[in-house]
Amino acid sequence: MNSPSGGLQALRKIYSPGALRAFVLLLLALAAFALVLLIFGKNPIKAYIDIFGNTLGSGYGLSETLVKMIPLILTALAVAVPSRIWLINVGGEGQLYLGALLATWGALTFGSLPTWLLIPLITVLGFLGGGLWGGLCGYLRARGWVSETISTLLMNYVAILLVSFFVFGPWKDTESANYPQTPEFSEAAVLPAFFGTRVHMGLVIGLTAMILFFFVLSRTRWGLEMRAIGVNTEAARRNGIPINRYIILLLFIGGGLAGLAGMSEVSAIQGRLRPSLSPGFGYTGFLISWMAGGSPLGILAAAFLLSVVTAGGDILQMTQAIPGAVVNILMALILFVVLARRGGKGAVK
Amino acid sequence: MDSQPFLLLQGITKKFPGILANDRVNLEVRRGEVHALLGENGAGKSTLMKVLYGFYRADSGQILQSGRPVQIRSPQDARSLRIGMVFQDFIQISALTVAENIALFLPDLPFLLTRERLFRRIEEISKRYELTVDPAAPVGQLSIGERQKVELLKLLLAEAQALIFDEPTRSLAPHEIEGLFRVFANLRRDGYALIFITHKLQEVLAIADRITVMRRGRNVETLRRNEADAEKLIALMFGEKEVVLSPPRKEARGEKQPPALELRGASSRGQGLKTALQDIHLTISPGEIVGVAGVSGNGQKELGDLILGLETCSAGQKFLFGREATSWPVSRIRSQGVAFIPEDPIQMTAFPWLTVQENMAVGHISKYSRKKGLTIDWEAVRSDLDRSLKRLGFQIPSLFAPVGILSGGNVQRVTLAQETAHDPRLIVAFYPTRGLDVRSAAAAREILVFFRNSGSGVLLISEDLDELFSLSDLLVVLYRGRIAGIFPPQETTVREVGFLMTGSKEASRS
Repeated sequence: MNSPSGGLQALRKIYSPGALRAFVLLLLALAAFALVLLIFGKNPIKAYIDIFGNTLGSGYGLSETLVKMIPLILTALAVAVPSRIWLINVGGEGQLYLGALLATWGALTFGSLPTWLLIPLITVLGFLGGGLWGGLCGYLRARGWVSETISTLLMNYVAILLVSFFVFGPWKDTESANYPQTPEFSEAAVLPAFFGTRVHMGLVIGLTAMILFFFVLSRTRWGLEMRAIGVNTEAARRNGIPINRYIILLLFIGGGLAGLAGMSEVSAIQGRLRPSLSPGFGYTGFLISWMAGGSPLGILAAAFLLSVVTAGGDILQMTQAIPGAVVNILMALILFVVLARRGGKGAVK
Repeated sequence: MDSQPFLLLQGITKKFPGILANDRVNLEVRRGEVHALLGENGAGKSTLMKVLYGFYRADSGQILQSGRPVQIRSPQDARSLRIGMVFQDFIQISALTVAENIALFLPDLPFLLTRERLFRRIEEISKRYELTVDPAAPVGQLSIGERQKVELLKLLLAEAQALIFDEPTRSLAPHEIEGLFRVFANLRRDGYALIFITHKLQEVLAIADRITVMRRGRNVETLRRNEADAEKLIALMFGEKEVVLSPPRKEARGEKQPPALELRGASSRGQGLKTALQDIHLTISPGEIVGVAGVSGNGQKELGDLILGLETCSAGQKFLFGREATSWPVSRIRSQGVAFIPEDPIQMTAFPWLTVQENMAVGHISKYSRKKGLTIDWEAVRSDLDRSLKRLGFQIPSLFAPVGILSGGNVQRVTLAQETAHDPRLIVAFYPTRGLDVRSAAAAREILVFFRNSGSGVLLISEDLDELFSLSDLLVVLYRGRIAGIFPPQETTVREVGFLMTGSKEASRS
């Protein structure tokens, strides 16, 4: 009797995270990170001024923050969509790589097509790549064979190695010496960017996907059925909701969204496929989705925050001469306080 | 010598938010008596006993043991005062043996268990009180009745003197109930004080020495057995209002329609904890109630699920309304007009954090989705639900409230209204009255009869033999996933059905 209502209470809390509390917790994480910087013998105040000044202080900095947000919004949605029916998709990273792989194939094979044809084509291919990768895990789950948490996680490694295989092997660019990368995409395969910045079409795609998802969830039959499955699976089954179909479908859509992140990175930012396509966008997206608890504004806010933090790593490396990976500590601290908030509340009840 | 009652509860008051569960309740329990605590659901019996057993602390009032005031702050306190309780759902470790389960409960669990000594003690006590169970058997293999004996043995070995039984007969077969009452009589002889919570009148009249009736949180009256009879007790339980014990029975009409349901040799695989159904032949005609009797866990749930399409037929065929439906998915079966009335809606069919109207919409989603699912016709949802609620005479506080915040009774009402909103042609009722008080149960039965009379086929799965006998046009007994007997209720007896339910008859035949 206790556990369902406890779980539901937790659910309710996730939906109204309380902006103030989130802010206080964030300050806590920043303060803890300041201690770490002090131990390194750096001035934390100066470091924070560098980070926030360079990311938020200028038009250029802001636009670069937005650029980083694009894949994060998409990979966060890749987690948030299946999580509506308690599916845990840890495979955003792999789905992103697969999306990039298929999009690259399209861009290299049909490079001579005009933009208006080629861009939709690689978008669809990117979605399909990630979607099939996620949908496969959905199928395995629906058959009751493998938990999607395990399979999506393990498939990440497969996906990354698969990309490496193509980049080191058949698709390797003969012109770039021994560099493991594909030839550059033709002009037509590059996602358009706006206002002379690097902010590209992916932002529109991400925001549209987000709005669409929340419209579907709140207004349509499918959304109602998804919410029903999320609340009480047994009852959903008795009411004739095809749960297995939803498991496959939602992991397909989730994977597809991560695939779009891969497509947009490879097409708009890199212009070619490299093995080091993503600095862990998939995992950061997972973190964002959990911080946001599935709320759309929460995803935007958390994606914004974490792109500032990731950018902060590069900035610290340049201005403070400390390894950029140090921001992973900050990221871990943020995750820590986010999880502590939930666990702590649960423990009191 | 024992002029003081063993337990005396004085002026016990316990408030929960919005409910006064116990209102200045007095209760006196003596050694050597079976004291029945009788009342409908929500009358405050369980709350009172949980106060006595230390689960709740009373807001006011006191408890005296043999004339001495005592503080009971936890079940541990209660146990050290020699008060024991047999719950409805026992907590036992299935993988361990009877003896091990009992040993774990004993307060003086020695560091090294001496098996022989423990076995001897168990056997001594079980012989004395007719509580025979094999101490070496794993608890997981025992029946509910035997597990209840284990629970009682635990308390007796821990030297409890007052024993509280919370609806102990709920899932027992008739002859097991007789056995339990013999145990009661033996315990009474040896001076134990027994408190017996129930809402079944016949049982009270069969075994109790004194009867305390509770109504709306108060103790109404305490009667001696020889002062009590059924009418008097009903009057006390419900006040002066009249209670219809079971609705009048109507003759089934034999019209020439295809049967609502026909199973031809249907079987299922029993995976995990499920019971395998074997070769079930069953026909439900329109306007007919087919009752399914059986001790729970003998395939009732699987039979219901097989009809709903949740369980696949591994062999045999299923026909619905004359059409072959063996491999139809749940959604198709449900949209043909197959309703499901569950025992516990919050577990089985309802979505606590969706609103009442959303629950209704999910239940009949293909009827209410518009533009291929892009929108939902909430107007239609509400008006259909309103109509159905009115027809059943129910009132619900709000259609926009999450179902999870409604009271248990209201959840049941919402479910009934929702499931019957579109005039189901076949109703699968799964323990529809289990845990309901006499009056709510009567209302639920009336609904089944109403739809039977208006031409629906009804499958009534129940453990309440009185209910099955008074409602069914045909009675089926399930035992270990097989049909152990099938006959019109007037051609059999409760006793015979009871024996079939427990496999006793089958065993003696073979």
